[in-house]
Amino acid sequence: MGQKIDREQVEKVAKLARLDLSDGELTEFTGQLSSILEYIEKLNEIDTDSVEPLAHCLPVHNVFREDVVIPSLDVAAALKNAPASFDNHFKVPKVLDGGPGA
Amino acid sequence: MAESKYKIIIGLEIHVHLATKTKMFCGCELVYGGEPNTRVCPVCIGMPGVLPTMNKKAVEFATLAGLALNCEIPSFTKWDRKSYYYPDLPKNYQISQYDLPLCGSGFIEIPLEEGQTKNIRMIRAHLEEDAGKNTHTFGDFSAIDLNRAGSPLLEMVTEPDMNSGKEVRALAVELQRIVRFLGISEGDMQKGHMRFEPNVNLHIPKDGKIYKTPISEVKNLNSFKALERSVTYEARRQYAEFVEFGKTMEMGNKATFGWDDDNQCTVLQREKEEAHDYRYFPDPDLVPVEMSDEWLGEIKSRLCELPLQMQMRFVQDYKLSDYDAGVLTADRQTAEYFDATVKSGVDPKRVCNILTQTGLKLANEAGCKVAELGVSSDGLAELAKMVDASEISASASVTIFEEMTKSKGAPKATAEKLNLIQKSDAGEIESLIDQVIADNPKAVAEATSGSKKAKKSAGFLMGQVMQRSKGQANPKVVSEILNKKLSL
Ligand SMILES: [Zn+2]
Repeated sequence: MGQKIDREQVEKVAKLARLDLSDGELTEFTGQLSSILEYIEKLNEIDTDSVEPLAHCLPVHNVFREDVVIPSLDVAAALKNAPASFDNHFKVPKVLDGGPGA
Repeated sequence: MAESKYKIIIGLEIHVHLATKTKMFCGCELVYGGEPNTRVCPVCIGMPGVLPTMNKKAVEFATLAGLALNCEIPSFTKWDRKSYYYPDLPKNYQISQYDLPLCGSGFIEIPLEEGQTKNIRMIRAHLEEDAGKNTHTFGDFSAIDLNRAGSPLLEMVTEPDMNSGKEVRALAVELQRIVRFLGISEGDMQKGHMRFEPNVNLHIPKDGKIYKTPISEVKNLNSFKALERSVTYEARRQYAEFVEFGKTMEMGNKATFGWDDDNQCTVLQREKEEAHDYRYFPDPDLVPVEMSDEWLGEIKSRLCELPLQMQMRFVQDYKLSDYDAGVLTADRQTAEYFDATVKSGVDPKRVCNILTQTGLKLANEAGCKVAELGVSSDGLAELAKMVDASEISASASVTIFEEMTKSKGAPKATAEKLNLIQKSDAGEIESLIDQVIADNPKAVAEATSGSKKAKKSAGFLMGQVMQRSKGQANPKVVSEILNKKLSL
């Protein structure tokens, strides 16, 4: 049976997820991911012609919050878990790209 | 001109900050320029195990914008995660909307020159959260302030329907006017409430074929001027590149540029080999939004007359110039104040003049809207009526308006206080005219001579009467009596 995912694809996904995988890991995960995908493919055996596509797994919608201010953390608490801080900012390695902006 | 050698094709992506009190998915207050990291909580700071909750107001604001832009409003929308690897959004993803946005296709009508308009098609508009702020001024590291992280952002995308820097600017300005009219955003460019990203390329006809240049996306423009100029610059640059190297879309599909405001040029940031793989997937933390007809109807009822419609109505019904109508519809409060004043039955141009000659300037100085200067629309109408009835002169109305904003007095009382009531009492004016006629026999002779100088001399006599009345005589009455006396 052919592999469901090849080494190149695993390399690409790892890069997108910012994971640095060794050669050995690449080989290992290519095999593992292939068998996972194969297992998932069992779902294709089910006839879903008359089933509406599901956008969300919970049968709940419109859970809202009113636009009311809730007190924020104080700075010390906000920065408490940060590995490093500077002048009430989170201190991180220099961002080279400038960030794409949201 | 090079311009006629090609057609510029521009589409626009716009991010607008919504004017809610709190963030999109948590109750942190939205404050511009607060101390760093003082408006943050476990949700917007990206702590594990927290649960975001939708701000209802933000969803309603976004829907209102969609309605104003003639968008289809689907009854079902959902949230997705977009992978994002920068520390200004520490969750490593941005909550956004991928395949089921809040607003579907629509269009925005933009004003062009001389009262012309053009419809620009909208592809979609969706809600998402903004990132925090990255500061680079600290040497070899970056400093992150997350106050802005999680702010509600409305992202709008147009079809590539614009064909010049001017049109792009017109759309941006019109959109600013619309969001301000609707009260869904302050639209303050200085505060970064609106950010623009134009996609520009050229269609160049040559040898019976249309050549297309690669698309440039210019990122993060936050002024109308930069937006217009970057588009114009890109068009010229792309044309030069086509002429020199024959560069077309087939040789590189898309590149990202920044705008260098100091040097007024675009700067290449990266050439995209392929579309970014954001690996969107449905956000399991957030449930979908279902828009019922009832809720949509309720939001619809909050729509108001849109600025461009109002501007065109002012031109058509009130006979204002397109320019004046544009000035008066720059914001909703001013437009409605003007409209209410005119609707009480006064000459629109009269009201327009008082507002454009003094009101808007005073409001600008006071840092408020003209409607907030303390003169009610009824008071303004009464003032305009006094001009129409020749009780005061047009120039006096400007002075009286200014005084009314200070002393908050009624127009008539203020005019009396300033001694600006015109005298229309025929007897009083007649005696002034008699004096002037007696004192200026030469001018009288000339005025009645029928010579070339007659008109000028009559004008001189008129001026003398006005001067002796200290400008308070009603010029219409003076002119009538004077003409009669001189049997002109
Ligand atoms: Zn928060």
